[in-house]
Amino acid sequence: MTGFLLEAAQVLLALALAPGLVGLIRWMKARLQNRRGAPVRQPYLELRKLFRKEVVLSTNASWIFRAAPFVVFASTVAVGFLVPLLAVPLPFDEVGDLLVVVYLLLLGTFFLALAGLDPGSAFGGMGSSREMTVAALAEPTLAVAIFALALGAGSTNLGQIVGRTMADPLAAVSPGHLLAFAALFIVMLAETGRLPVDNPATHLELTMIHEAMVLEYSGRYLALIEWAAALKLLIFFALLGNLFVPWGVAATLTPTALSLAVGALLVKLVVLAAAVAIFETRVAKLRLFRVPELLSASFVLALLAVTSSFLLR
Amino acid sequence: MRLFAKILKVGLVTEPLGPGDDAVVRVARAVEAKARKLLGRAVAIREVDAGSCNGCEVEITGLMSPVYDSERFGIHFVASPRHADLLLVTGPVTRNMEIPLLKTYEATPDPKVVVAVGDCAQTCGVFRGSYAVVGSVDAIIPVDVFVGGCPPEPADILRGILTALDRLPVRKGRA
Repeated sequence: MTGFLLEAAQVLLALALAPGLVGLIRWMKARLQNRRGAPVRQPYLELRKLFRKEVVLSTNASWIFRAAPFVVFASTVAVGFLVPLLAVPLPFDEVGDLLVVVYLLLLGTFFLALAGLDPGSAFGGMGSSREMTVAALAEPTLAVAIFALALGAGSTNLGQIVGRTMADPLAAVSPGHLLAFAALFIVMLAETGRLPVDNPATHLELTMIHEAMVLEYSGRYLALIEWAAALKLLIFFALLGNLFVPWGVAATLTPTALSLAVGALLVKLVVLAAAVAIFETRVAKLRLFRVPELLSASFVLALLAVTSSFLLR
Repeated sequence: MRLFAKILKVGLVTEPLGPGDDAVVRVARAVEAKARKLLGRAVAIREVDAGSCNGCEVEITGLMSPVYDSERFGIHFVASPRHADLLLVTGPVTRNMEIPLLKTYEATPDPKVVVAVGDCAQTCGVFRGSYAVVGSVDAIIPVDVFVGGCPPEPADILRGILTALDRLPVRKGRA
């Protein structure tokens, strides 16, 4: 019973922290550009505003357009239940493993691409086609990179992978782990629409990917999509943090272990946010036709990770 | 590494927003208190060039620069009128831009605010009477605040937007 309560608390915590994480990255980037920047709580204010605004729908939009934000949000929240954020093992470990996580994320991407095509606007279709190109290249890398860890743990269950690395700390510096981390970091940048694949700060129609699909959304629909995107970013950060550096994750459900787990999660999120902000200051956006090269490089890294963890088993 | 050394050496360059000249900003229609409260801290702007000479656009680009940094007030630009709360309209409205301007206004979800930037948006400027021009911006859509100048300074445009949202004067330049 406490396990289920913890699951609910974990998802609520993730939902509450997600906009703040986006705000933190924006604030760090602003400071790196020598700007004062918006306060960290800005995304919360934007979500509040969007939830209270009117919804304008295109006359060409069908039910898919209206259903998509809910599918995207629900599938991302469902992933939040399956990813070990605070403690292992969790009761939901039985429900789904790494494959479920990967394809729930893809379900959201798929519906968002459909919603981009649905109202028949020119930029929406362009965004959908680009998103599918990126997703098709990034999704196998995501799965293969985590397989490299699953091979050592003997299970595709995310909770068990975390438990295995905690039990055997040396595994965290094995070549399989390090290569998989690099591969997953690149996939994270592509999947969450960050530089050098997509630029979350630009609004130039010709270069955007994620934003082109949501151009037709307004009001609470847009709020749901933005919130889901922030949650996806937090989930990827938590995957990177907890799968590769699992220390701090609670193994027992005592209050001290859990408060330590919350603290460790916050530290990991801030470190990864700083890494992304510094990385985005340093690199320029890649030309769209160069993106597959970057993603195939990350796929090769993931493949090497699996090979090395298979050979060094 | 040289890039980060430079970032450290330069430090914050954002300038505090001073009081400025009152004559530049003219309130045509007070925005409802409810809308002001809702949009107060988070405003998405869609820029509409209704036929301007692009002088105003050059100044508007300055809003996002580190010196004027509109983001510190929660003001940012978006790519679609459906995401927008505030329309920033420039130029005398030309015959070709009359319908697109109306459509943009209709595509923007309520509550919405319109700020007309530049002398042309108020009086049509040197283009008044031209066969290609329909009229000033308020002849086509309701305007809340006019910002004068040819072109207006970025700080004046910022003041105009903040006046429409009733957020002046700002504290310590951050609001």
